[in-house]
Amino acid sequence: MSSHPAFTPRAALLLAGLAVVSAGCGRAPSPAADASRVVIGFTASQTGKLNIESARQVNGLTLWIDEVNRGGGVTLADGTAVTFAARYYDDESNKDRIQELYTRLVGDDRARILISPYSSGLADAAAVIAEQYDRIMITAGAASDSTHRKGCRLVYQVYTPASRYLTGAFDLLRALDPKASRVAIVHEKDKFSSDVCDAAKSYGETRGFRIAAFEGYDSGTTDFAPFIGTIPRGADAVMGGGHFADGCTFARQLFEKGAGGKFTALLVAAAEPKFAALGEAARGVIGPSQWEPLCAYSPESARLAGVDWYGPPAAKFIEAYRKRFGEEPSYHSAGGYAAGLLIQRGIEKAGRVETAALKSALDGIDMLTFFGRIAFDVRPDSHGLQIGHEMVYIQWQRNAAGALVRQVVWPEEGRSAPAIYPAR
Amino acid sequence: MSPEFISSLCDGILMGCVYGVAAMGLTLIWGVMRVVNLGHGAIMALGMFALSLLVAHLGLNPYLALAGVALLGFVCGVGMYWTAVHRLIDAPYLSTLLSTFAVNMMLIGMGTAVFTTTPRNIDFAMRTVRIGALAFPGTRLAAAAIAVLVTAGLHLFLHRSRTGAAIRAVASNRAAAELMGIPSARMLSLSFGIGAMLAAVAGGLIATIFPFTILSGESYQMRSFVVCVLGGLGNPLGALAGGIVLGLLEGGIPFFMPVSWVPVIEFAIFVLVLMVRPTGLFGGER
Repeated sequence: MSSHPAFTPRAALLLAGLAVVSAGCGRAPSPAADASRVVIGFTASQTGKLNIESARQVNGLTLWIDEVNRGGGVTLADGTAVTFAARYYDDESNKDRIQELYTRLVGDDRARILISPYSSGLADAAAVIAEQYDRIMITAGAASDSTHRKGCRLVYQVYTPASRYLTGAFDLLRALDPKASRVAIVHEKDKFSSDVCDAAKSYGETRGFRIAAFEGYDSGTTDFAPFIGTIPRGADAVMGGGHFADGCTFARQLFEKGAGGKFTALLVAAAEPKFAALGEAARGVIGPSQWEPLCAYSPESARLAGVDWYGPPAAKFIEAYRKRFGEEPSYHSAGGYAAGLLIQRGIEKAGRVETAALKSALDGIDMLTFFGRIAFDVRPDSHGLQIGHEMVYIQWQRNAAGALVRQVVWPEEGRSAPAIYPAR
Repeated sequence: MSPEFISSLCDGILMGCVYGVAAMGLTLIWGVMRVVNLGHGAIMALGMFALSLLVAHLGLNPYLALAGVALLGFVCGVGMYWTAVHRLIDAPYLSTLLSTFAVNMMLIGMGTAVFTTTPRNIDFAMRTVRIGALAFPGTRLAAAAIAVLVTAGLHLFLHRSRTGAAIRAVASNRAAAELMGIPSARMLSLSFGIGAMLAAVAGGLIATIFPFTILSGESYQMRSFVVCVLGGLGNPLGALAGGIVLGLLEGGIPFFMPVSWVPVIEFAIFVLVLMVRPTGLFGGER
């Protein structure tokens, strides 16, 4: 007769429970440390309101990683060739999750270089972790100036800052209609859009425009009727918006209400290829864009500007992007790819991947890529702010076949078609 | 009055009719069984997604698909009643409040897992009707017209049918109704089903006008509470009137102060009505 206690179902359940608890307490297996592989960590808004823009940015970065790895990676000063791997989590377009996820990327996933989440509010939260854990972070889809005015040392911006985002729209309006004077600004009340529109308002007033309405709407607003109601009859222009989802809804409701017909300039949404799905409501809408396929940056323009040319020409990027993702690249896609190029150029210059060496290399970068010029402010009170890149302004117009296409209408020297004014 | 002001008020009235239908579901459930259904917003959001799926996958006209949404809402409401409310119907208010709140959290959680929080849109447009300087988007006009029809239908059902009379009898005095042979539990579940159906229909109508996410129901649920208090708790017709008042406030306030003051004014009125006239501006059912 055995003296061992019976192995009852209750004991089995207890053991199973303990096994589950102990497994849950353990850390997820970390990627093996590999000196020849640089982990690039970031969060992506795979769900939530920033999904469209963020997905494009990730596509651009993914394309760069594929291409640089296929080319054998980047060779360091000691002859080691490093390749790149992306690690990312879904931030659900939610700022509250950012710091937890970036801490995990640095701690568990051993990310050596960080890319910001899409949008200024989320990037601002991620920048804190980059500084805390001594990691270089490229803010690929975040234009707010204020992140770079908080004493950050390791955060580098790819986009033209928010303070210069919408100012060209006032210049364009002045060029189209010297008599235009009344402008209504209706914008999302998030960090990026508020920064952009505050700066645009100040700029417009210095150029002699009267801001006839200045209203902010909460993120997630879907009914714009109360805001459209505040736009005075006879306003020469409507500017503002925020991101893709709200910008599309705002444009559609402006069209339905017959408002903003002469000149409408909206942030982010209007520059996205999917904006065309609005049909007639998209026609005539102007959007500031960080990059357009029609932009003609080339080695020749780099030579004329007296800076280095770096990376592929726009046509090669566009072709590779179309082939890989089956869609037209937007400026978010190009921004993601440009963030990768920046990392590549920084490592090549530094010859190492350590943060201090990379920081030193990035501080000294002044180059022209297909995305435009990239150079950084290195003063301590605005370190990492983008000072080289310039915006372009597109307008949705119908081509000869009646299809909606984007045309670059500003600045004048880079335009592909004259702006239509009044637009409707 | 400027055309912009009139146009904004008209927009408010049109949307107010839809708010009225949403609140009608809430007020019906309260009126019949004294339950505050905190799952109301989640059911509205499910109505939005149901309409979106029916339109996208079956290619139905959104207004025809509303019949399917109504049916789904009804089934959902009856199921919710028997699983989360029936056993607590005589318990203190807090029990049903917490129970329906739990259902709300489950629905939102499941909806987030399945649909994510990415904004959706029903790809449907109607012509804008222009009268002079005023412009009325067709989808808003259609939604308001359907809202008025639904209100009329509910009123006729409650006041012209035997089942409606039975529901009103249960609402008035459940014990007496049972003594008269009315199956009260069945009437309560029917009422809950109709309340949920109205929420789902309101959600569907909103989805024809605005983009939405699984979290969109929450803001409309908050509006429904304001509408119920304005119109009088337990008074379905008052809910429509309350909805229109709320719509007028939303349309008119932005002309006098920044839009961000709209919810402040709305909820100040909410508290004021509760204190000064708890039966609502249009009188609750007693």
